[in-house]
Amino acid sequence: MTPTIVTTDLQRRFGKTVAVDHLALSVENGEIYGLIGPDGAGKTTTLRMLAAVLRPSGGSASIAGIDVVRQPERLRRLVGYMPQHFSLYGDLSVLENLTFYADIFGVRGAERRHRLDRLLHFARLEQFTARPAAHLSGGMKKKLALACALIHQPQVLLLDEPTNGVDPVSRREFWDILGELHLEGVTILVTTPYMDEAERCNQVGLMHNGRLIRQGRPEALRQLTPGQMLAVYTPDLLQAEAVIADYPGYLAHQVYGDRLHVFLDVADAAALERFLTNHDVRVQQILPDAPRLEEAFVYLMTQVSDA
Amino acid sequence: MSTPPTVVTVRDLTKRFGDFTAVDAIEFDVRQGEIFGFLGPNGSGKTTTIRMLLGLLPPTSGAATVLGIDVLKRPQDIARRVGYMSQKFSLYPDLTVDENLTFYGRTYGLQGRALARRKDEILGLIELDVQRQRMTSNLAGGWKQRLALGAAILHRPELLFLDEPTAGVDPVSRRNFWRLLYTLAEQNTTIFVTTHYMEEAEQCHRLAFIHHGRLIADGAPAEIKRERMPGLVVEIICRHPQRALAALREAGIPEVALYGERVHAAGPDLDQRLDELTDLLQQADAEPRSIKRIPPSLEDVFIANVRQTVELRNVNQ
Repeated sequence: MTPTIVTTDLQRRFGKTVAVDHLALSVENGEIYGLIGPDGAGKTTTLRMLAAVLRPSGGSASIAGIDVVRQPERLRRLVGYMPQHFSLYGDLSVLENLTFYADIFGVRGAERRHRLDRLLHFARLEQFTARPAAHLSGGMKKKLALACALIHQPQVLLLDEPTNGVDPVSRREFWDILGELHLEGVTILVTTPYMDEAERCNQVGLMHNGRLIRQGRPEALRQLTPGQMLAVYTPDLLQAEAVIADYPGYLAHQVYGDRLHVFLDVADAAALERFLTNHDVRVQQILPDAPRLEEAFVYLMTQVSDA
Repeated sequence: MSTPPTVVTVRDLTKRFGDFTAVDAIEFDVRQGEIFGFLGPNGSGKTTTIRMLLGLLPPTSGAATVLGIDVLKRPQDIARRVGYMSQKFSLYPDLTVDENLTFYGRTYGLQGRALARRKDEILGLIELDVQRQRMTSNLAGGWKQRLALGAAILHRPELLFLDEPTAGVDPVSRRNFWRLLYTLAEQNTTIFVTTHYMEEAEQCHRLAFIHHGRLIADGAPAEIKRERMPGLVVEIICRHPQRALAALREAGIPEVALYGERVHAAGPDLDQRLDELTDLLQQADAEPRSIKRIPPSLEDVFIANVRQTVELRNVNQ
């Protein structure tokens, strides 16, 4: 089956800056695809082109076979798009905001009532229909924005950092809602700075300088850190960092708070402790630890910036 | 090693707005040189607490001292001694990096050579020296946070309040930002920080969780994970995650979530129910391939504790 979202050689330049650079992205039908990457990697620009609100400088992109440049109107009926700063009307109530979006998409009569009820239930907002959007909590605003983006029952959702600044409980609830959409067969492309959210995607793509540099299931990406990881707890972090590269079998290291994450050929905690102690590093403890997506992200980014 | 002195003491601190209790008799201490993470959902009372500790909002009852200053008696003396960086970026976008630091330095009474020297120090620390003539609006997100931090520490505060300093910043920039916090902590600056990123919370020396204005947990991250996670978290890999999800929810497991094709389940009595889970998944034709216990993330612990207090409240009401 052809993937639902396909970009070929997709490019976007702003003056001399290349924001998206020959991007080849493909998202399978029904997948939750997480796009991650540092600030300025081109994630938002990619989503804007896919939502047909920004014209590509070159290359092509299509969603469910519809070309984003040639058929933007057809595309918009098929796609729900939630930009980073989704504009809700603060002085309109929850219900009025939804009704407004229903009007834009020409959803009327009994069908409209049915969809509004369903979305309010879905977004856990039934008890707040009369509240002005400006008085909702951060998490509720995001859920209302999502409900607005769903009013025309899109098969594909494009979400640009939908949970920015939202607390962990509300974020998990938001992702539970995305999970339900996923089970209904909606294809979701989402950008996020939260690595715990990327863990909830079927596929994750890492963007850097406008290109896709890695792609895979989260459990596979986690394995991209080299060797085995040990977490070293020490009060002498700077000294530990200065000497660690001389340890035999050293592959890489990262600083994580008051810990040094060391990646080694062989994770021998006792040998590492002896080495560090001999190099004037006081060791509180050394524990084996499993790298998360966070460690993989940081590792891959240092790889590309060193190259 | 002797225990470092306490720089923030909070006792029975309460703030009511009309009928609404925003902060409800909380107590904690923050020690010198510590990175203290103050966590909680939106609207749980975090910012109200910070405003009381900054001396900007008088408490309804209870007591708090900040660097030995009583927030009730001498609130006006606090601002000069502490640094504060708020959620919203507070610098002037149309000034250069250098001009912003000059402006903030002058408001703290720094002038002439002393100001120039301090600016150089700060720019070195936040690694913005080469960009000092750049317009602030043209800085990338992560650099703006660093500049805001630089402005907050110009007057060498002993205590720094950071309210969600890294919202929307990518993981690499966040790591660099935290590295800076550690450098400051090593120089004995105490840091009081709120965050919604649990991988940042893991980097704090000590954490306090606040929910509905009440303190629900307090301790080192490892301690909290060990002691405050009721039951356990299991990861289920199966052929039909959708069926597994439905069956687990039906069985009343409190936390069930889809992670890609994996299903995570958590609950207070799950340790005793592992066999039952396997049967359940088989009966639901989910075709389980593996069910294994995984270490809870701080996020799991946070959510479990928040949900637990919600249930307790519902029972008590």
